Amino acid sequence: MDDLRLDATFVDYLLVAAYFAVVLLIGAAARRRVSDSLDFFLSGRSLPAWVTGLAFISANLGAVEIVGMSANGAQYGMSTMHYFWIGAVPAMLFLGVVMMPFYYGSKVRSVPEFMRRRFGTGAHLVNALSFAVAQILIAGINLFLLATIVEALLGWPLWLSLIVAAAVVLSYITLGGLSAAIYNEVLQFFVIVAALLPLTLIGLNRVGGVGGLVDRVTDAGRAEELTSWPATDLSGIGSPVLSVIGIVFGLGFVLSFGYWTTNFVEVQRAMATKSMSAARSTPIIGAFPKMFVPFIVVIPGIIATVLVPEVIEAREGAASDFDYNNAILLLIRDTLPNGLLGVALAGLLAAFMAGMAANISAFNTVFSYDLWQQYVKKDRSDGYYLAVGRWATVGATVAAIGTAIIASGYTNLMDYLQTLFGFFNAPLFATFILGMFWRRMTPTAGWMGLVSGTLAAVAVAFLSEDAFGTASLGVLPIGGQGASFVAASAAFVVDIVVSVVVSQVTAPKPVAQLAGLVYSETPKEQRTDPDAHRLPWYQSPTKLAGIALVMVIILNVIFR
Amino acid sequence: MSSSNSSARSEHAAGAFDVRNVIAALIGFYGVVLVLMGLFGNSPEEQERTGDVNANLWAGLAMLVFAAAFALWSRLRPIVVEAPPDRQDPEDDGSGRVAPGH
Repeated sequence: MDDLRLDATFVDYLLVAAYFAVVLLIGAAARRRVSDSLDFFLSGRSLPAWVTGLAFISANLGAVEIVGMSANGAQYGMSTMHYFWIGAVPAMLFLGVVMMPFYYGSKVRSVPEFMRRRFGTGAHLVNALSFAVAQILIAGINLFLLATIVEALLGWPLWLSLIVAAAVVLSYITLGGLSAAIYNEVLQFFVIVAALLPLTLIGLNRVGGVGGLVDRVTDAGRAEELTSWPATDLSGIGSPVLSVIGIVFGLGFVLSFGYWTTNFVEVQRAMATKSMSAARSTPIIGAFPKMFVPFIVVIPGIIATVLVPEVIEAREGAASDFDYNNAILLLIRDTLPNGLLGVALAGLLAAFMAGMAANISAFNTVFSYDLWQQYVKKDRSDGYYLAVGRWATVGATVAAIGTAIIASGYTNLMDYLQTLFGFFNAPLFATFILGMFWRRMTPTAGWMGLVSGTLAAVAVAFLSEDAFGTASLGVLPIGGQGASFVAASAAFVVDIVVSVVVSQVTAPKPVAQLAGLVYSETPKEQRTDPDAHRLPWYQSPTKLAGIALVMVIILNVIFR
Repeated sequence: MSSSNSSARSEHAAGAFDVRNVIAALIGFYGVVLVLMGLFGNSPEEQERTGDVNANLWAGLAMLVFAAAFALWSRLRPIVVEAPPDRQDPEDDGSGRVAPGH
């Protein structure tokens, strides 16, 4: 990264400064409306669906998505689209149509709280603790990438960049809580598009349009990277048929459903809405832009492989230690004039801050409600927990600086962490789905399923070729992403099996306590919006979901 | 627009009204700066990098159009605050909370 320098001028800095000024203003303005903890953590459940829908995908559009997916685009080509079309959209639709009625209707304030009411303390603790730890670690990664960008582009030393970035994110979250985070995420979405769309178009212009890009990639002998199936490079599974199965079931079902349906960072945004229909619509509305985001994130990576000298060399095998994470930055260096450069800088900084803010705001909700209020100090006033939430934010940000420094010591940390959190999400999803639709499932089965599923995933990873790097034993002939798909699938299956078996021999919760949490115990009125039948088609969650599903299938067919 | 979920806190303002204006303002500002850069700051070296297109100018114009559209949307479809204006605030708890668009 040391030779990556961008020629930023006064105008570029002006555009970035304008962005930061607006962000801090939003934080201050949101503060005036924060009067109790529900406001701080869940925006008083008042926001319209398009706001939360954009925030939903913006919360996910952080460092990992922009830098990581463009890197994947540079390395693997169009198969990276799977992370969006298979690995995100179907799960988002499922969340909106099937699961949101339970989350929203049960009025839980967090996903772990749902676990507690459904399964009791054991499962709740497992979920809350692992989620909280995960958020701090991921916030640290976002912060670290943010600071390295600042360092590489502006020449500031890493420690200074970390502190300044952390301070900005901390100020607007502490001031305005979730409202500030959500408003900023909506703003960030537009700035990110304003930055990446011109980048993509200019890049395409340089290579001679889409046809020119196709020609150049084909000439370089990499025509298979222009198609998204069967993606054997991505999955690491040699057989095309097994690769497709691995991607659709492992990535598309278990991993992606596990993430999108249970990750409180995302669900929190949907819970902040003003009605059941709005809550259901949030992930569905988010699915539409999400489908098209890869065109401005993955395509630049592919363009870089035929335009940027360093990337061309790396793909030809000349530079074996090239860090693909730099691909999009190098493309920016080579194509954008000053002016647009400022917008791009603001957009990138926005994305990284969005990611970090989302992690921190989800962390402090789970910490304050699920851990502190539940196990440390119960029955205090609402204002007390609001204060706890604010302090938790400060603590989490400081901790994120710490985990960012840890992250700086490892080049492969992101890969490991993604695999590990896949381990937690897959069993979580299994337990959730079973618990939502099978009332006989017992609290003991809740936590035992989670634990055994995670152990199964860890075991598969150890037996694989390289999921744990050199610690893996290589007994099973799978590696790369394919290993994490198989591990997640194993976790899912084991969790289900163990939960079913354990439920046969332990006592379930009384049925009366399951109202609103289990499908069969929830009267229809509680899981539907009373006004739903009066909504026009473009506000009806299920119709929108149907349209989105058709669109994403069409995209898959066009780009196969 | 009204929601039975928040009936216990009926004076709560919707708030999204602000966001559209903020977005329009920031993108509009970017648009103005980029158009100026495109008109006065263009150079042959930059044209070469973008493949002979005055990128700042076009991007700036697109942003201005977008910002105008957003501002128009926010004007034509304002978010209605939930409590009807003629009911005098029995819920006014003196918290000094400010409604948007005042």
